[in-house]
Amino acid sequence: MIAPSFRVNDAENSGFVVELSHFTGPLDLLLSLIRDEQVDIYDIPIARIAEQFLARISTLGLDEAADYLEMAARLLRIKAQMLLPRADGEESWEDPRAELVRRLLEYQQMREVVDLLEHRGESRRHQFGRRWVPQAVDIMPANAPLSLSLGELLAAVDRVLRTTKEPTLHEVVPRSLDVAGAMGTIRAVLAMRRNARWTDLIGNDAEPWQILSVLLALLEMAKLGELRIAQHQPFASVEIMRDAISEAA
Amino acid sequence: MTPLAKLLEAALFAAPRPIPLESLASLDTESSPAAVSAALDELREHYDVDGHGVELVEQGGGWQILTRAEYAEAIERAQVAVRPQRLSPAALETLAIIAYRQPIGRAEIEEIRGVAVGSVLKSLHERGLLDIVGRSESIGRPLLYGTTPQFLEQFGLRHLEELPRADELAIALRGAGTAVIGSAADDDA
Repeated sequence: MIAPSFRVNDAENSGFVVELSHFTGPLDLLLSLIRDEQVDIYDIPIARIAEQFLARISTLGLDEAADYLEMAARLLRIKAQMLLPRADGEESWEDPRAELVRRLLEYQQMREVVDLLEHRGESRRHQFGRRWVPQAVDIMPANAPLSLSLGELLAAVDRVLRTTKEPTLHEVVPRSLDVAGAMGTIRAVLAMRRNARWTDLIGNDAEPWQILSVLLALLEMAKLGELRIAQHQPFASVEIMRDAISEAA
Repeated sequence: MTPLAKLLEAALFAAPRPIPLESLASLDTESSPAAVSAALDELREHYDVDGHGVELVEQGGGWQILTRAEYAEAIERAQVAVRPQRLSPAALETLAIIAYRQPIGRAEIEEIRGVAVGSVLKSLHERGLLDIVGRSESIGRPLLYGTTPQFLEQFGLRHLEELPRADELAIALRGAGTAVIGSAADDDA
């Protein structure tokens, strides 16, 4: 048997199968009751055990309620069958508890194997083997779509760059953004027309710093309430409107 | 060490999984299976006697070089390797049933455990500890499950027969107790 304390720990650590209760099922709970009550598994006082079982499932808040309720119903039925009168010395009488006892024993036997597996698995966990996994060599068909992760792409770029002795370096010239200037441009455009499009605000050959300046200016002005920005569907052109309220003011 | 023992050592070092005896024997066609077994013994003794950090272990249907248990903590602390997660009691119960009753369908497992096992089966399958080994001929042709070589490896078992036979367990079902057991028909049919 697994000691209850151990199973509590395990349930916390594993993260594998989340078990809200400490019991792995109704048979586990039933066996635990039989142990706690120190009764003979071959002569279970059904009335007492059934009562205990019901009490435990109502207090434990077990999540697999259906499985437990099914067992509760079974116990109550056996209890009722036990109460039926039977003729003395009747040979054919079958103990209504027999099937339950069979299942409990079968379950207990399996739990013995669980202990063994647990023990063996625990010692094996303390040993490491080699973990080299061979890279599968995949010859891709000529027209296969390119599929690679960002990491693979970057690694490939890195490999290519390393092959050139003197990589051509690009000189980056820092250009400060001109948000104030862009705000002036936007105000000028909106003074002439009520609506404007994003494409109206930036020229065809705008440089990245100009585009960024306009974008920041737009966001800033929207925050200040000078204009409203709308996009009616994803990837549609962004519409810029004079804000009606600020206009009225 | 004999040349054959060295060859086996090299192959075992290169392999990520336990190597079955037949595969080891195919490394050197000139050597008899008996010679390979003797060389394995030689290698195992070499590791044991000379005080190595690794040992030669037979498990999971083959032979494997493993680190010694006493170094597990240090290795894990330094994050050189990570121990596999422990299985939950529910997962162990399910595995225990499958190990003994395979090939077995989900309904039978659920009958023994008394709970639904769908998600547990899925997790165990994802972990490579069990596999679908066929379909039952009964109604609905349910899937049948069995354990994998990885199950043996993870639990340090040489083969399934290493598990005690059902009648060797402390609670043997046959001849157990005095009650009328097994004669009762399934009362919930």
